[in-house]
Amino acid sequence: MPVCMKGTVISNRKVGRELWEMEFAAPEIASAARPGQFVHIRAGDDHDPLLRRPLSLYDVDVYSGLITLLYRIVGRGTQLLSRYTVDQPLDVMGPLGRGFNLVQDKRVLLVGGGVGIAPLLFLARELQPLNRQVTVLHGAGNSQEICSRVRFSRLGISCLAATMDGSQGFKGLVTDLLEKTIDPADIDYVYTCGPNPMMAAVAGFAARHGLAGELSLEEYMACGVGACLGCAQKLKESDPSYVKICQDGPVFPLPVSNGNGPDFSAT
Amino acid sequence: MGIIDMTVNLGGLEMRNPVAVASGTFGYGREYQNYLDISKIGAVIVKGTTLEERYGNQPPRIYETPAGMLNAIGLENPGIEVFLNQYLPSLMEDGVTVVANIAGNSVDEYALITRRIDNNPGIAAIELNISCPNVKQGGMQFGTDPELVRTVVEAVKSETVLPVIPKLSPNVTDIVSIAKAAREGGADALSMINTLMGMAIDVERRRPVLGNIFGGLSGPAIKPVALRMIYQVYKEVDLPILGGGGITSTRDALEFILAGASAVSVGTGNFVHPCLAEDIARGLENYVGEQGLSNIDELVGAAVL
Repeated sequence: MPVCMKGTVISNRKVGRELWEMEFAAPEIASAARPGQFVHIRAGDDHDPLLRRPLSLYDVDVYSGLITLLYRIVGRGTQLLSRYTVDQPLDVMGPLGRGFNLVQDKRVLLVGGGVGIAPLLFLARELQPLNRQVTVLHGAGNSQEICSRVRFSRLGISCLAATMDGSQGFKGLVTDLLEKTIDPADIDYVYTCGPNPMMAAVAGFAARHGLAGELSLEEYMACGVGACLGCAQKLKESDPSYVKICQDGPVFPLPVSNGNGPDFSAT
Repeated sequence: MGIIDMTVNLGGLEMRNPVAVASGTFGYGREYQNYLDISKIGAVIVKGTTLEERYGNQPPRIYETPAGMLNAIGLENPGIEVFLNQYLPSLMEDGVTVVANIAGNSVDEYALITRRIDNNPGIAAIELNISCPNVKQGGMQFGTDPELVRTVVEAVKSETVLPVIPKLSPNVTDIVSIAKAAREGGADALSMINTLMGMAIDVERRRPVLGNIFGGLSGPAIKPVALRMIYQVYKEVDLPILGGGGITSTRDALEFILAGASAVSVGTGNFVHPCLAEDIARGLENYVGEQGLSNIDELVGAAVL
């Protein structure tokens, strides 16, 4: 059951270009958390920024009650978050939303773009013991934006990088790396999180090769619990009704074609 | 110090404390059941409900602004029957004080919805949404013309014995004339204020941010406007006021009460602190006790000159 509580910051450090990792203790949230869910964080205690910030669970340790977040500084909220120091209380709600389904006995592929890699680490941790093979691809602008490889390798999973400037791994888009190096015959199930164009390309790959999968969507959010109806999106252009990203998602099964952004069902 | 009585009778709406949660910020109550005992809230004003299901506006629907937010949800709701048959029974079981918020495309539609809910024992009062800035029909058009306000309030009153509380729009030149028209129509209390119309621009895309272009501004940014309007109406119109607009603390709530509100509603603040209504109700009770008063009535309008 989700709660609203004061967690305690354990560490908060810069791990890349505009990328930070925060670890905090929140045992009630950690014990209920599933990969793909998020926490709703109040950065600062003033009126500006006013609203909470939804951040995905990068890693969770149920036994120690610790949650790790990976966040990119994009505005005032995340800027304030980066100033939190050890032992500072953190106002946090969660776990919220519907996370990833954990498949079993499959060969799974995880494709993350930028800070969209965050929910895929916790997912990989949970998938690893259940499945035959876990492959991770991570795309970013440059090597300064790739910071998760050690964490994946600690799980015994190799994370293939693609950078636009070629400073690490494959030079180019992660979706080009996907097309060039992944034999669809070796994959049963796909998970993706990142910028919409990237997810659209991954969804296209899945659709072309008849692979089932899931993606994690993003939208401006206020309440985080399905009350304000602010984070609405359409999953299919033809569908008159909207889903709530916070409550019905953020994870949805492929194919998705939301009508507002790129078509995630294109083949 | 005697016994403190925090109950409020707002034009016939019995509230166990003076703090309500505002329509559109609390869903149908159950969304927040994990975080607080919603039966202890003064009144839960549920999401604006129409005769038929509505899908709402295209996204983006919300956007954060300095000390506030814009929303253009567009009255997404499942329709009155789903509310009455699927959501209301469990709220009744839990003893929640439920205020229905209704909106319609026409005066007849307001009357029809009212007839449908009039004899429902689970509903304590009707808040009349005549101030939604985000729909083409069934919103602000009814709340910005005094004659239409009087007509729609009268039509609703003739269909129900429940207290009728029109929610006024701040997007008018003369709020007092609107409030007076509502009183002439037979309103039992006034709810004020709804959101202020605004917008945001995306510089990179050179387009409005919101899918609906315009949205309603809420949050602490609008508190001074709300206070001013409540103050003006309190002086001129003899009706109890449910005051809200950017309340995020007990002190904010006290400002509204001192400006003339008999009870307050917490809206956008719920998104930030799910237990805000509960916290403010407790804070007000403590304040009343500290001041050696026996109830909140003694403070209503105390700052009005």
